[in-house]
Amino acid sequence: MADFTPYRVVLRSRMRAQLQYRTSFVTDVVGTLGVGLTELAEVLVIFHNVDVLGGLDFSAALLVFALSNVCFSVADMLVGHLDQLPTYIRAGTIDAFYVRPLPLLAQFMASDISLRRIGRLSVALGALGVALSIGDIAWSAATVAIIVLTLVSGTAIFAALFTAAGGLQFYVVDGAELTNAFTYGGAYAAQQPQRVFPDLLRIFWTFVVPTAFIAYLPAVAILDLPGDHLAPSWLAWFTPLAAVLAWLLAAGCWRAGTRHYQGAGG
Amino acid sequence: MTRPDHDAPTSPTGQAGPIIEVTNLVRDYGGLGRKSRRVRAVDHISFGIQPGEAVGYIGANGAGKSTTIKLLMGILRPTAGQVRTCGLDPMRRRIDVARQVGVVFGQRSQLWWDLPLRESFTILAAIHRLDPAAARDRTARLVDELEMGGQLATPVRSLSLGQRMRAEIAAALLHSPRLLVLDEPTIGLDVLSKQRLREFLVEERRERGTTLLLTTHDMGDVERLCSRVLVVDHGRLAYDGTLPGLAATVGAERLLVIDLAEPTRPLQDVPGARLVAVESDGLRQRLAFDGARTTAAAVLTEVSRRATIRDLAVEEPDIEDVVRRIYASSAGQR
Repeated sequence: MADFTPYRVVLRSRMRAQLQYRTSFVTDVVGTLGVGLTELAEVLVIFHNVDVLGGLDFSAALLVFALSNVCFSVADMLVGHLDQLPTYIRAGTIDAFYVRPLPLLAQFMASDISLRRIGRLSVALGALGVALSIGDIAWSAATVAIIVLTLVSGTAIFAALFTAAGGLQFYVVDGAELTNAFTYGGAYAAQQPQRVFPDLLRIFWTFVVPTAFIAYLPAVAILDLPGDHLAPSWLAWFTPLAAVLAWLLAAGCWRAGTRHYQGAGG
Repeated sequence: MTRPDHDAPTSPTGQAGPIIEVTNLVRDYGGLGRKSRRVRAVDHISFGIQPGEAVGYIGANGAGKSTTIKLLMGILRPTAGQVRTCGLDPMRRRIDVARQVGVVFGQRSQLWWDLPLRESFTILAAIHRLDPAAARDRTARLVDELEMGGQLATPVRSLSLGQRMRAEIAAALLHSPRLLVLDEPTIGLDVLSKQRLREFLVEERRERGTTLLLTTHDMGDVERLCSRVLVVDHGRLAYDGTLPGLAATVGAERLLVIDLAEPTRPLQDVPGARLVAVESDGLRQRLAFDGARTTAAAVLTEVSRRATIRDLAVEEPDIEDVVRRIYASSAGQR
């Protein structure tokens, strides 16, 4: 069995460092809490004015919002710092990672953890609880399975997006804006009822950057909604497959990125 | 080029063969884009380092020293040629190489900036998967020898430069590497800190036989620590041999500083020697001579025929001057 001691030790020390400065930590948590509430407010405002958006009523839209936000917050907490890569490259501290006897990506992932994102996560978890209790759900083992699969796979998909973006940043050191389009853009797309988008965009967010799998498709299945030609409800079961494919893409991007760095040099 | 005999003890792990072997190594930067100019940072360098050697890798800024180190560690891919570190191809076996090598990049910290120094050691011990008890012993020993006991609770960002550099070296040695690579370890340090660091390294090498590869601007580092020097100039290896050999190669002169019993006329007529300076009405005179052509004793004999010697000192050639001459002569060839 693999020994994860090195990663555990690093992560523990990162957490201690963040908790060391209480005031600043609390301020940061309040900040991400604010971000989460603002995003939630957007959903509330829309449904104050309309009853149905993209075929979803309020409770369904809230479920989409909650699923995507839980997954995104967890992924952002665990690996969101991968978009700091250009800072490491510019400061040359990336070389320190190369001279340690651990895989690079694993080192980067374990090099930080953003506990402050717990603010946004708690909003998302609250929303998930409400959405699951007010939604018209015929509970069964399948429903529970879909929810669990979705949370795990959705987090993995977002983590894959962050990793792919990190790999691309070896090429474009000032490319944070570009890669954020996929990570934060993907997060935004994931929390929308997909039918508000034109077909071409829906195909992009389903089959290219598979964020539709994170929340919309599972919500359709959980609530047993009719679905449509681009979102048949059985597609929700393919969320783990989407996660695997996203990770293949991410690993490829990361590998290409590190190879490019070794070729081009700091 | 001269290649002195290196007394190379077998490595602590008993692995035979050179610890570093570089053959016709070339590394270019840039040149991928249409406009960017291709720059050759390392230009067909070849050398081998045996276990237990202490080698100074010297050269001007941009001569290719840091690039070579990155190639040795698998951080950069060679454009052409071959690298073997601890017998392994660092591009394919980066992690195995990292287990056996300790590296300090002078101006780039490998410690955890915002944590007490103690934690950096704990984390590194875990990263190298050291046995906790062994890691504690090794840390305690390094901390003791480098006199850092007082700083263990200090966050790394609050350490002085000298303290930080000692901490970096302790961190690089924590996993008892076979090879220690130091990239400009004494840059910016005061005289006392340099002194302590060098003393520690001499001691560490005597005890454990650690192979040392050192890039530096500071000739004092080389004089105190290295039995062999590699001089790189514009990516090419300009010299590979001993330090005295380097001076001999470029014909650097040694200097005799002679204090005389009474004021004496300038000693311009000493065979084999050249008068450099006369001080205090001729009470102190400086004579330069080429160690390859005459000896200090011969010069002294000649001087004592002309005046009574009260005291004397021999100054070895200034190595920076020697290296400058190498640069100048190779620039002349281009």
